Amino acid sequence: MMKSPRLPLYLTMATFFLAYLLCIWEFPSMFSTRVVANLLTDNAFLGITAVGMTFVILTGGIDLSVGSVIAFTGVFIAVILRDTSIHPLVAFGLVLTITIAFGAAEGAIVHYLEMPAFIVTLAGMFLMRGLAYVLSTDSVPVTHEFYDVLQSIYWKAPGGGRFRLIGGVMLLVFIAAMVVLHRTKFGKNVYALGGGVQTAQLMGVPIARTTILIYATSGGLAGLAGIVYSLYTSAGYSLSTVGVELDAIAAVVIGGTLLSGGTGFVAGTFFGILIMGLIQTYIVFDGTLSSWWTKIVIGILLFTFIMLQKVLAWATTARRKPATEFAMRS
Amino acid sequence: MSMTPEPVLQATGISKFFPGAIALDDVSLSLYPGEVHALLGENGAGKSTLIKCLTGAYKRDAGTILLAGQEINPRDPQDSLALGIGTVYQEVNLLSNMTVAENLFLGWQPMRHGMIDNRVMLKRSKEILSGFGLDIDPSLLLSSYSIAIQQVVAIARAVELAGKVLILDEPTASLDREEIDLLFSVVRKLTERGLAVVFITHFLDQVFEISDRATILRNGRIVGTRVLADVTQTEIVTMMLGRELEEAKKERGKAVIGETILELKSYGRRGTIEPFDMILHKGEVIGLAGLLGSGRSETAGVIFGSTPADQGTASLNGKPIKLDNPRSAIHLGFGLCPEDRKTDGIVGDLSVRENIILSLQARRGWMRPITRAKAEKIAEDYVKKLDIRLASLDMPIRLLSGGNQQKALLARWLATEPDILILDEPTRGIDVGAHAEIIELIQTLRAQGMALIVASSELEELITYSSRIVVLRDRRQVRELRGDEISIGAIVRSIAEEGGAQQ
Repeated sequence: MMKSPRLPLYLTMATFFLAYLLCIWEFPSMFSTRVVANLLTDNAFLGITAVGMTFVILTGGIDLSVGSVIAFTGVFIAVILRDTSIHPLVAFGLVLTITIAFGAAEGAIVHYLEMPAFIVTLAGMFLMRGLAYVLSTDSVPVTHEFYDVLQSIYWKAPGGGRFRLIGGVMLLVFIAAMVVLHRTKFGKNVYALGGGVQTAQLMGVPIARTTILIYATSGGLAGLAGIVYSLYTSAGYSLSTVGVELDAIAAVVIGGTLLSGGTGFVAGTFFGILIMGLIQTYIVFDGTLSSWWTKIVIGILLFTFIMLQKVLAWATTARRKPATEFAMRS
Repeated sequence: MSMTPEPVLQATGISKFFPGAIALDDVSLSLYPGEVHALLGENGAGKSTLIKCLTGAYKRDAGTILLAGQEINPRDPQDSLALGIGTVYQEVNLLSNMTVAENLFLGWQPMRHGMIDNRVMLKRSKEILSGFGLDIDPSLLLSSYSIAIQQVVAIARAVELAGKVLILDEPTASLDREEIDLLFSVVRKLTERGLAVVFITHFLDQVFEISDRATILRNGRIVGTRVLADVTQTEIVTMMLGRELEEAKKERGKAVIGETILELKSYGRRGTIEPFDMILHKGEVIGLAGLLGSGRSETAGVIFGSTPADQGTASLNGKPIKLDNPRSAIHLGFGLCPEDRKTDGIVGDLSVRENIILSLQARRGWMRPITRAKAEKIAEDYVKKLDIRLASLDMPIRLLSGGNQQKALLARWLATEPDILILDEPTRGIDVGAHAEIIELIQTLRAQGMALIVASSELEELITYSSRIVVLRDRRQVRELRGDEISIGAIVRSIAEEGGAQQ
């Protein structure tokens, strides 16, 4: 019985822990802080992107531009650090301003011109990728000493795992997103929009502001993901992170968020990311499997979770409670 | 009025004009604290326009609204809610993907340290809902509760936010009897608190059950306001329909009734229309009369199979048949012109010709397409026969006037040469000239031996062409009038008959 919408979340969590147990059973060395630390570090940029994507999908929208925004951010930072002498922190601030404004503009077009988010963000995807090419077609290395400082920050856990800064940033983003979604009016408005724009408007939700804020959040988080990615690779390359938007969408859906909007949790997305990372790790450990198996397993998982959502949606509508059960005798 | 307290809401001289039509003409309405005030009238009488003017959904063109003595000018429903007027619609306007508490408090959540205080929100939700006699867990999803409960949650939200006037727009339309009782108990609690409640419905029994006064609208004007304890249902129905009971009998065409074509025995569908018997002969028109929501369209839908019957038997020319979808009905020689031609009938962007041959093609199946030349001929034929006025057969049908669209729809079904034609409100929203032509057409078809079932709210029109009239009330056939019994007075009396032996 689905009394609360948390069931898909629990299922995603259960899937992750079960999959991890199976991995450990086959390769006992996967049970180590190293694996966990790498899981967080390697997927930091994807996780941060997926948080923004969760917001967007919760309202029933989609943001296809995030992969290009990450690439643009990386190239922008690399080029600006190469050609000018400004501090990376200033560059970060600059690029975040650009990506937030870019996301807000997408949101404004979606709302005011009543355009499908798919088309608007598809255009944004080409635009940002093109801008990245204009800045540089080559891979530009980042050689600022501040980068070395940031990259050397880590906490060495017993067992040898190095929990690096960027993994921590991702965890912070997830926690902040949870608080925003569940404990602020903006968060509730996000769910309200996903439940039905017309109804939300009748109930007094500021549609325009919320829509613009959501796409700005997604754009800004993609920008942050770009910063994290440039820390991760120490370079900016316009051909990188192609298709990351699709990985992010996959993580959100595997995490139990309905593509039609209104139902889902950021925590689910976190486990969606972990599941996808785990598959990759397993393939590395196996050593004989082609890395394309990652895609195959993710495809199967996606299908399974979509089917599951259908079944759950059917189960909820079929089990309405009769009114009289709750009437108090007066 | 003998009531001494000040009205909480006083609307005077409200007018609203639409291009080419007066929707509201100098309408006034007073609501007193603690009363349930029913707003009655047939479709198009101006009830919803009045409500929309009061809540600011429409901009009124004239008139003033005083709320608790203060003049107000709500810009939109949100604004009127803040001023104290809450509205709850038939379709629950809440979010089914959120919990009951979140729905109650969306936009005005209790905050602590800049964050939503979920614990306080749940506690207050429980308190508010128990004030309405509901003992439910507000932390569960709204969609896990029935429509009636959702309706009460919507009312609770409106009352918490508004607190002076509550407008209920057909709240009981999709509720069963027990749920209606629950809703009414909530309404009674509200009036005890001194709220003024406006109640809009098509169910007269419910009006008399819960309301203190009723204002009756017709064609955008006030017919009158009555204290319900002082009047009978017959008087109210007469006011709504605007007919004098003792009106002279209309001259009616003579019908030559042929052999039985369709026989329905205890035919019905649970929750839609109670089982009924009907025998239809060739060359006969059965009229379906009743107020809106009485089951006229439902009867038509059940016979045509668009909402298949779940009980009873049907036989066509003595042979048992199954009418479980419109396709098989079309194959058996049925045709249905639906009530709402904009959404159920015409395909707006297709040409007039394509619209006319649509059903014929559907019956032939896609394997045997009708040739262009043949389609042209059929369409031209009917355009001439029915005098459909158009520039070209190729123009999209949505560009035609209402009357011509209706005639094109009729042409569509006539092209299939049906044995039984069901018409649901064939003359709604069309001009006077086309009106007369359609009535004439119905009579011609009858004379040619076709069997017709016509549902209409125009009583005069029904009387003109019907050989028999079936009167419906609360989704039940209450009476069949035949021959000399048929008169407007008899129909109105049957509609208004209180209680009745069947209950």
